[in-house]
Amino acid sequence: MTGVLDILWLIPALPLLVSAILSLTPARVKGGAAPLSIGALGLGFLIACAALAEAVSDPGQVRAHNFTWFEFGSSAVKIGWVLDPLSALMLVMVTFVAGWIFVFSIGYMSHDENFTRFYCFLSLFTSAMLGVVMSNSLLMLFACWEVMGLASYLLIGFWHHRPSAAAAARKAFIYTRIGDIGFLLGMLWLYAETGTLLLYDNGAGCLEANALTQLAGAAISTGMAASTGIALLLFCGAIGKSGQIPLHVWLPDAMEGPTPVSALIHAATMVAAGVFLMARIHPLSTATASAKPIVTATAPANATAQSAQPAVRMEAAPKSQAHAEAAAKPTEAGGDSTSSPTLTLNVMAWVGALTALLASLVAVAQYDIKRILAYSTVSQLGFMFLGLATGGPAVGVFHLLTHAFFKALLFLGAGSVIHGCHEEQDIRRMGGLWRRMPATFGTYAVGMMALSGVPLLFSGFWSKDEILHSALAWSGSKWPFALGLVAAVATAFYMTRQMAYVFFGPHRGHPAMYEQGHRIPVTQPHESPMVMTLPLGVLAACAILLTVVGTPMWPWLHSVLSGHAPEVRREVSVGVLFAMLISILAAGTGFTAGWICYMRRRASGFNDGDPLQTRIPSIWRCLESRGWIDELYKMSFGIWTAAAGRFCDWLDRIVLGGGVRMIQNAALATAWMGRLWDEFFLNGGFARGCEQTRNSADRASLVQNGQIQRYLRILAGALALVALWIIWK
Amino acid sequence: MTPTWTLVICLLGAILQQFMPRTEPKFARATALLTAFLSLAAAFSGVVNGMDPGVFTTLTRAPWVPGLGIEFHLAADGITHCMLVLTGIAAVAGVLFSWNVEHRVRDFFSLYFLLLTGCFGVFLSADLFLLFVFYELAIVPKYLLIAHWGSKNREHGAMKLALYSFVGSALVFAGILACAWASGVGSFSLQELGKHAFPPDFQRWVFPLLFVGFAVLAGMFPFHTWAPTGHSAAPTAASMLLAGVVMKLGAYGALRAGVALMPQGAAMWQMPLGMLAAIGIVHGAWVALTQRDIKYIIGYSSVSHMGFALLGLLSLSSAGLSGAVLQMFSHGIIGGLLFAIAGRMIYDRTHTRELAELEGLNLQKLMPFAAVSFVLAGFASMGMPGFSGFAAEAHVLAGAWKSFPSLAILSGVGIVLGAAFTLRVVHRTFYAAGAGEVEPSPASTKEKQAHGEALVISIPERLGAMGLIAVALAVGLWPRLLLDWIVPALESPLFENLRKSGGLQ
Repeated sequence: MTGVLDILWLIPALPLLVSAILSLTPARVKGGAAPLSIGALGLGFLIACAALAEAVSDPGQVRAHNFTWFEFGSSAVKIGWVLDPLSALMLVMVTFVAGWIFVFSIGYMSHDENFTRFYCFLSLFTSAMLGVVMSNSLLMLFACWEVMGLASYLLIGFWHHRPSAAAAARKAFIYTRIGDIGFLLGMLWLYAETGTLLLYDNGAGCLEANALTQLAGAAISTGMAASTGIALLLFCGAIGKSGQIPLHVWLPDAMEGPTPVSALIHAATMVAAGVFLMARIHPLSTATASAKPIVTATAPANATAQSAQPAVRMEAAPKSQAHAEAAAKPTEAGGDSTSSPTLTLNVMAWVGALTALLASLVAVAQYDIKRILAYSTVSQLGFMFLGLATGGPAVGVFHLLTHAFFKALLFLGAGSVIHGCHEEQDIRRMGGLWRRMPATFGTYAVGMMALSGVPLLFSGFWSKDEILHSALAWSGSKWPFALGLVAAVATAFYMTRQMAYVFFGPHRGHPAMYEQGHRIPVTQPHESPMVMTLPLGVLAACAILLTVVGTPMWPWLHSVLSGHAPEVRREVSVGVLFAMLISILAAGTGFTAGWICYMRRRASGFNDGDPLQTRIPSIWRCLESRGWIDELYKMSFGIWTAAAGRFCDWLDRIVLGGGVRMIQNAALATAWMGRLWDEFFLNGGFARGCEQTRNSADRASLVQNGQIQRYLRILAGALALVALWIIWK
Repeated sequence: MTPTWTLVICLLGAILQQFMPRTEPKFARATALLTAFLSLAAAFSGVVNGMDPGVFTTLTRAPWVPGLGIEFHLAADGITHCMLVLTGIAAVAGVLFSWNVEHRVRDFFSLYFLLLTGCFGVFLSADLFLLFVFYELAIVPKYLLIAHWGSKNREHGAMKLALYSFVGSALVFAGILACAWASGVGSFSLQELGKHAFPPDFQRWVFPLLFVGFAVLAGMFPFHTWAPTGHSAAPTAASMLLAGVVMKLGAYGALRAGVALMPQGAAMWQMPLGMLAAIGIVHGAWVALTQRDIKYIIGYSSVSHMGFALLGLLSLSSAGLSGAVLQMFSHGIIGGLLFAIAGRMIYDRTHTRELAELEGLNLQKLMPFAAVSFVLAGFASMGMPGFSGFAAEAHVLAGAWKSFPSLAILSGVGIVLGAAFTLRVVHRTFYAAGAGEVEPSPASTKEKQAHGEALVISIPERLGAMGLIAVALAVGLWPRLLLDWIVPALESPLFENLRKSGGLQ
């Protein structure tokens, strides 16, 4: 059934078409925007499901469709799309989550005058994201990645009349662009080394055996293998896009956009693109000179390119060892699992773990409902990178998928809360909402439990447990595991805190609401309409149902992503159970602490300080101001950039301009010198000469001035002289 | 019809303008538009007639000064076609954006078409001396257009531009004469010179003369300061041509006479000149970040973007050279569009170019079409994939990575800064605070004026802007449109020296 592969391009093309149509629609026409966008995504979802069925039927196979984009000289740059379990799963997830967020936006954005433009941008964004996940060429991936950044810029700055929104939009674009330069350079390097940017191309792609061998072998002057350098540069792009330290500061600010945007872009999909990228190029991250035989062995030389995904590093995760045996891997695989992880993986694990911890701590001290979720996203993305580095793509992507559902759910829930509380975002002004907004409360609770990792029933538990488990079993340092564990405790803690503030205790509405002698607030919080609660329900159901495909008993997702046929396992190893116990303990600790701090003593008024604030004020201040990182950047890079700009301007004005002026003045001076020379010397001489000539001429002219008397007189004189001369003689 | 007709049409068009009725400017405009369209058609004719882009096909050849080896020789290959089409498009767009010129319309368009004659001539010349003549021919109308129809500081800008051009020309002239006579070839023909292997010591001193001389007009650091001053003083159409076409004359000359004829010299000077190009990219972007005048920002962005073209040329690789030509085309379209929006749509209506003053006007509400075009042009300019700039810069960087990775990294910084200053200017011009309902700003005279005047963007402007955006998109999405002309041209005998010396890999 090659049919699905041939029409796969329709999935991103449809929303793109819708976006183009909507961009030409006048703003007053509002009717068609939502149905059109949702219809396009719905159709895309169906195709994606067919594609998933196709991909899962033979998970080890990678089907790709490539064509030439342009050529120069003898080399051609090809782009194309790819169908493997990873891309198919991502396509299904993105179309599904985005579709429900689109539905939610009908209610949330109904009053906005730019309703049509909103759907135009959303469709453009979704199209780009779908392009990223299905592209089979780094160049095309990068192009879609940039367009996604553009759409994100447009959507964060959607309410551009707010200065903070405009600033946040610019910040997001520029910070991600800094990472993108790494991506671009990595791509250039890769192209220079291998001559192709295709990922899979019947053995000639850059993720396939030949190229990997070549890249791992090629070393630059510092002794670093080309593959490591390239993977690290690409990781820079992922750091920017996925908001990892040190480029994470844009993500919390991006919450200035409308809430559905936060849900779609800054939680479920776009920020996950960085994780996806690293999952995609995982063979490159793991490529070592010794990895050569294994990768070669997994890529039989048949007509269709075989996946290089079941890469070496995954053998480090005990959970997949069973698969390794089932798939009758060559013996080299076992040998490699003992060697230490590559530099790329080390960097990725550390960055991920540090981000997971720090962001989760900062989330504890925030009061803006969306900002808490934003830091939680940063932290969860850190978990994903930790999972990718220690357990391979399957582990990271599993968390990516579950997180997409429950984080979208949480953001939409927050949107519903904000909508119900009349655009209030400060959790100190909420409280007691569980009675007034039961549907929102119920679904939000599901999302919260999934995020904090409540055992057994919720998908987030399984995916996070898997990350912790593989981090524990990792052959590298154990520190990332410890950091991740603390982050897991903090996660449960801040989510409990948020629930307590928002849904429990007395309602602490804005004082303005009570004015004019009313004892009851003028505007009561109210439940959102059906069009907003339905998506919440669907996403909550998914947050639970996804459990089915990821438990250690039936790790369907894991097997499929690793390129094996799924199977049921009877017994679970001790290591798995131990990790599960640890993560249950972590979540439990967080809940208990949260309960003690916030549920037992509920905040009763707006100005009640946070319990932690009174107990550890200095640490609290540091966390509340987000570690002063924004200020630090402003004081360093911000000032440096401005100074460099002023310096260059000065260079142009003073040095170059001055040089030009100097030359100009010198020229003028020379000209004046010339003039003086001419006037006083040459002209003077000339004038004097002229005068002499004239004088002599004057004198000469005396002899011929036409006066007869003078002529006669001269004649007479002359005659007299002649006469005298003759007489003398 | 052959591409030679571009010259004839523009020259006739320039003369014809003088016979238009003085009191009815609409005839002059209509004639100008017709002339521009005909020249565009003539520019396309080479491709339409199926001329092989890989062959330097002679169009017209006649002896001119036989004793000195000078010929009137016009020829075209794929790169020529590319530049001709760019000039034709810029010509049409320029006329569309000059629809509001009221003062001495006939003279304006006469000079406009004389300038275009010079540009077309440079691109078509197959004789270095003839190329130089056309190159000089372009300077005079350019000076007059700016000095007479320009905005503030116009005399200064025009004079600076003319003087820089002449300094460049002086270097170029010395280089050309050296090529023809000091080397003993005795001919100015590009084909003849292309066959001659110049001795390395000769290339060592002649190459910088030719390359730097031409690159002055392409805005190479540190000879770039004419660009912002000249651009911002120029009337809209002239700054469009200046950014769109005239800067390309420099890069084109540097390619044809510099890199193609003296590849060994280019290899010797590759690093220092490449550094200047990369510095230009970063420097231009940095300065643009601090400017307060919208046209200065775009002027400096031109410096930054042309730095990519020069970097591509100096990479001496196939990818870099095709990227350079692509960048010349791309910047011609996008830079022209930016200047059109800034000069025609914004300045002519608000009478200010200061960001601080534009901020309060809430232009996004007043002229949404201009806002959307400026956003699109801005994203195209910062190298957003899908627009031509990305394809061009990716080529250039791919070429530069092979020759000098460190400079490619440096240019990467320029790309980030490019995003920063573009977002800044887009935001502050159109979207900055001042949305009436949020904070009602005091009704300044400027604002009243802005509200009172008809701020509707006229049909010619809309057509021009949409046309340019469409071209940038088409080339960005399908770069083969141009690459299929450019790449074969790099295989032609003109580049034999370069291939022999190991370039164009």
